[in-house]
Amino acid sequence: MVTSGTHSSPAEMAEKVMAELARCHITHLVYLAHSETGPLYDLAERDPGLTVVPVCREGEAVGVATGLWLGGANPAVLHQSTGLFESGDSIRGLALDLRIPLLLLIGYRGWRPEPPFADSAATYLEPYLDAWGIKHYLLESPEGAGVVSMAYQEARETSRPVAVLVVGEGD
Amino acid sequence: MIDSFQAMRVISEHRGEAIVVATMTAKHEWYKVSGRPELDLLFSGAMSKASSVALGLALARPDRKVMVLDGDGSLLMNLGSLVTIANMAPPNLVHFVIENDVYRITGGHPIPAAGKLSFAGLARGAGYPRSHEFSDLEAFQGGIEAILREDGPTLVCLKVPPASKRVTSTSPKTIEIMGRFREAVGGSST
Repeated sequence: MVTSGTHSSPAEMAEKVMAELARCHITHLVYLAHSETGPLYDLAERDPGLTVVPVCREGEAVGVATGLWLGGANPAVLHQSTGLFESGDSIRGLALDLRIPLLLLIGYRGWRPEPPFADSAATYLEPYLDAWGIKHYLLESPEGAGVVSMAYQEARETSRPVAVLVVGEGD
Repeated sequence: MIDSFQAMRVISEHRGEAIVVATMTAKHEWYKVSGRPELDLLFSGAMSKASSVALGLALARPDRKVMVLDGDGSLLMNLGSLVTIANMAPPNLVHFVIENDVYRITGGHPIPAAGKLSFAGLARGAGYPRSHEFSDLEAFQGGIEAILREDGPTLVCLKVPPASKRVTSTSPKTIEIMGRFREAVGGSST
């Protein structure tokens, strides 16, 4: 895992991440709301250059993103780590088996700079991603938002999902 | 009840330039009747997500009709997708559900609430502006042209007999046709 920066303002973090999404020419943000990245939703929904696609359960998100990518759009997925656990078969059967270059922005529920984590969602997140062979970056501060572009580029080069684990106000 | 293979033929005759996402048993039957294989995504590997993939395609390609040939057991695993689709309201999406009341892929085990639930009713309740149900082939043949002219999203439930015999798979794996499909639907430029 690659780490970046230290924790600071959620609003500033959201602005920086949005700038990174624009730099990557992301066309659709497929998301389910969660506490770590609340301000990002507000900005995304107001951005005329970005279509937000809210889903009812996170397992849908990889499916919708796969269809978007097959149709020539450039999607990213945003939801919490708990939703990533729920999405396992979509990750396996779509993103990995079909080699979809997908940027996953994952809210890092329960993260703490030093152990112990606040709950088991944080305990299992990185081992879970490692088990799938999904490269992941930790985003702790606005200054580190460049990892979003880095992950996006890596996803395209490897035709695999790459995750950015976003630390936020809900942690 | 409608013979599912005959239903596939009717859909194929009317699909025009539509993109088709076919999953589960329908995938195997569709493969045998489709006249535009380059526009077909024969989908397996993440059971239940065909409707979600079709939504993504419909949003990415609003200029094209997108049809999904879904299974009843498959859709039951992803009922939230009805709400997600209704919320995004792609007018170009037609969602066919082949209702045979069983998981044919397992050898015919019954789905929950077989014979009690209404997929057309679920779609209306989720917010689809239009939904239809057919249990007679002639009625379906008579109605499909008008249905495909409607602004969607539209759900069309086709009631077919339960079947316990697994369909022999002759269709290619999804990964084998993805490149051709993506090129044909215009997705290979990014």
